[in-house]
Amino acid sequence: MNIVVCVKYVPDAQGDRTFNEDNTTDRANVDGLLSELDEYAVEAALKIVEAGEGEVTVVTVGPEQAADALKKALQMGADKAVHVSDEAIHGSDAVATSLVLAEAVKKIGSPDLVLTGLSSTDGTMSVVPAMLAERLGLPQVTQVSTLEVADGTVKGRRDGDAVSESLEASLPALVSVTDQINEPRYPSFKGIMAAKKKPVETWSLADLGVDAGQVGLDAAWTKVESFAQRPPREQGEIVTDEGDGGTKLAEFLAAQKFV
Amino acid sequence: MTEATSAAVTLVAMPVQRLMPTPESADLIELTRDLARRELAPRVDAAEKAAEMPRDVYLTLGEAGLLSLPYPEEYGGGGQPYEVYLQVIEEIAHAWMSVAVGTSVHSLSCYALATVGSETQRKELLPDMLSGRLLGAYGLSEPDAGSDVSAISTRARRSEDGSSYTVRGRKAWISNAGYADFYTTFVRTGDDPTRGLSCLLIPADTDGLSFGAPERKMGLASDPVREVVLDDAVVDAGRLIGEEGEGMKIALAALDSGRLGIAAAATGLAQSALDVAIAYAKERRQFGRAIADNQGLAFLLADMEAAVSSGRTAYLYAARLRDAGRPFTREAAVAKLAATDAAMKVTTDAVQVLGGAGYTQDFPVERMMRDAKVTQIFEGTNQIQRLVISRQLLK
Ligand SMILES: Cc1cc2nc3c(=O)[nH]c(=O)nc-3n(C[C@H](O)[C@H](O)[C@H](O)COP(=O)(O)OP(=O)(O)OC[C@H]3O[C@@H](n4cnc5c(N)ncnc54)[C@H](O)[C@@H]3O)c2cc1C
Ligand SMILES: Cc1cc2nc3c(=O)[nH]c(=O)nc-3n(C[C@H](O)[C@H](O)[C@H](O)COP(=O)(O)OP(=O)(O)OC[C@H]3O[C@@H](n4cnc5c(N)ncnc54)[C@H](O)[C@@H]3O)c2cc1C
Repeated sequence: MNIVVCVKYVPDAQGDRTFNEDNTTDRANVDGLLSELDEYAVEAALKIVEAGEGEVTVVTVGPEQAADALKKALQMGADKAVHVSDEAIHGSDAVATSLVLAEAVKKIGSPDLVLTGLSSTDGTMSVVPAMLAERLGLPQVTQVSTLEVADGTVKGRRDGDAVSESLEASLPALVSVTDQINEPRYPSFKGIMAAKKKPVETWSLADLGVDAGQVGLDAAWTKVESFAQRPPREQGEIVTDEGDGGTKLAEFLAAQKFV
Repeated sequence: MTEATSAAVTLVAMPVQRLMPTPESADLIELTRDLARRELAPRVDAAEKAAEMPRDVYLTLGEAGLLSLPYPEEYGGGGQPYEVYLQVIEEIAHAWMSVAVGTSVHSLSCYALATVGSETQRKELLPDMLSGRLLGAYGLSEPDAGSDVSAISTRARRSEDGSSYTVRGRKAWISNAGYADFYTTFVRTGDDPTRGLSCLLIPADTDGLSFGAPERKMGLASDPVREVVLDDAVVDAGRLIGEEGEGMKIALAALDSGRLGIAAAATGLAQSALDVAIAYAKERRQFGRAIADNQGLAFLLADMEAAVSSGRTAYLYAARLRDAGRPFTREAAVAKLAATDAAMKVTTDAVQVLGGAGYTQDFPVERMMRDAKVTQIFEGTNQIQRLVISRQLLK
C-alpha cells in the first residue's frame, strides 16, 4: 500500500497575517507550519501503513520554508518527502496548485491512495482534493470521518448536517479526511532523530514538465483586488437583570433590527 | 477584566530565543512548545485548582520522549546534554510548573541506576524506567531528616541468606507519591551517619509500601506529595544500587543534577509570570495611559527581565560544565539559589503589576507566586545552597 499525502505549509494562525505587494499572502517572512488539518491525513496514512505494509510519501507545493511542513510529517513517521518549489508558482490559485500536485503525484509513482486534509487552514477552499482527483482520473471520496482500506477498496463515512453517507470506491482513489477521523500523534524525539535521515527531494516545474505560464498569479482565475483588516470587535454591552432583563434584551434586539 | 481576557493573557507564547547546539535539539524545543500550547496550557488552571495529578499528561510527554532526554540512547534515552534537557524543563514549566517538577523528579529518580547501577541492573530495569510509560519518585527526606540527610533513620536489614532487605521507616515529602511506579529510596544499612546509607530502587507494588494522606500544600497542587511508609517492606537485594554505604555519595551527586532541573523549572515559571505582567501592563490603563507608560512600572519589568535572564544564564553555565565533564557542584548550587530567588521575586512583582487582579484566582500570577515559594525550599533549601557554595569556596 503506497500512500501519497498532500500537505500544505500555512502561516501560523497565532501570528499576524501579512500580505505581499501583489496582495498574495506573505508566506516567506512569517512563521509557518504544517496545516493542522493535514496532520489528520498524515495520521490516517501512518495508521494504514502501520497496520499493513507500504510507504507514506508526503508532498507539498510551497516556498522554501514549506520544507518545515514536510519535516514535521517525516518526524511524525512518514517515510519520504517531495517538495515542489519554484519561483513561478508564487500566487497560484487552486486550479494551478492542483495541476502541480497532480504532476508531482504522477512522478512519485502510481500510489494506491492519495490522502488530503479537509481544507487548508489559510485558503480554506476545500477544492484542491476534488480538482486533484479529476486531474489524476481517480475516484474521489471526500470529507470522510472514518476510513477503511481492504480488498482493493476504500470505505468511508461522510457526516452531513442531516444524514451520514457511506461511501466506497475502488483503489486507487483520492480521499480527503476531516478532523474527526483520528487524533494526530505528536512527533517524538526518536521521530525527530529518524527524520534527519529520511529522503527529501526538491522538484522544480521543469522537473515536472509543467509550463510556468500555466501557474502563478498571472494564470490565476481570480485575483485579490484589495484587502482590509477586519475592524476590531467592539466592546459588548452588559445587561444587568434587575427584573427587566427580558425587556432590555428585546429592546436591544429591536434596535439592531434582529426582531 | 473578564475570564476571556485572563485566558488570553495566560496563553502568551513562549518568547525566549534559544541557541540550541544541534538542529534536532531546536526541533525538540519546537515539539515541547507545541505540547505545552496544546496539552498543558489548556489544562493547568483547572487541574491546579482541583489539585489533580495529570498522569495522562506524563504519558503524552513520555510518548514524545520527553521523560528520558538526558539518559543514554542504548537504554532508550534521548542521549541529550543537560544544556538541552534543562531548556525543555524550562519550556514545560512556562506552561505548567507542577509538570516540570514532576518531570525533573522522574529524571532524578533514574539517576542512581543510570550512573552507578551494574550493567545487569541497567539492562534489566532502565529501558522500562525510560520508556515514558513509567514514572519515578525520589525518597530522601524523612520527618526528622530534611536538610540533615545524615539523620535518616529508615532501616534496611539484609536477610540472612543475603537475598533481600526488610525496610522499615517513613519517607516524607515524596513528590509523585502514589502515582510513581518505582521509588529510588535512601535507607540506613549501617550506623555511621554518612557512610551507613544505601540506595534501594523499590517497586511501587512492594508489600508493606503504603502512603500517607496527601500534604495540603500552599501551591504546586498538581504535584502529589505524601509520606511513603515502609512497614517491613521486603525488597530484593538485586535492587541495591551501588554498594552498601554509597547512599550519601549517590544522593548528593543526584542532587547536583536535580538542582539544575529545579533551577530551570523556576526560570520557566518566572518567565511565565513576566510574560503575563508585560501583557497586562500594556493593556491596563490608568491616568489616561497604559500603566506600562509609567517609568516606575516599566523599570520593575526591566528588573524582572534581568532576574529571569540571570537565572537562565546561571543554569546554562552549570549545565555546560556538566556536559563537558567538569566539576559543577558549586555552579549548580549558585544556579539553584539564583534562579529560585529570581522566581520568588519575579512572581511577587508580577502580582504587584496586576494590582488587585493579580491577587485574585482569575489570573495565574497568584498561583505562580505560590508555586515559586517551594523552589526555595526543596532539593536543598537556599540556606543549604549557601552552605554548599561556601564550603566549595573555602575548601
Ligand atoms: C490571502 C489569500 C490570498 C489569495 N490570493 C489568491 C489570488 O490572488 N488568486 C487566486 O486564484 N488564489 C488566491 N488564493 C488561494 C490560494 O492560492 C489557495 O490557498 C491555494 O490554491 C490552495 O487552495 P486552498 O488553500 O483553499 O486548499 P484547499 O482546497 O482548502 O486544501 C485542501 C487540501 O488540499 C491539499 N493542498 C492544498 N494546497 C496544497 C499545497 N500547496 N501543497 C500540498 N497540498 C495542498 C491539502 O491536503 C489540503 O488539506 C489566496 C488565498 C489566500 C488565503
Ligand atoms: C512540595 C515539596 C516536594 C518535595 N519533594 C521531595 C521529594 O520528592 N523527595 C524528597 O526526598 N524530598 C522532597 N521534599 C522535601 C524537601 O527537600 C525538604 O523539605 C527540604 O530539604 C527541607 O527539609 P525540611 O523541610 O525538613 O526543613 P528543615 O531542614 O527542618 O529546615 C528548616 C529551616 O532551617 C534551615 N536550616 C536547616 N539547616 C540549616 C543550616 N545548617 N544552616 C542554616 N539554615 C538551616 C532551612 O534552610 C529551613 O529554612 C519536598 C518538599 C516539598 C515542600
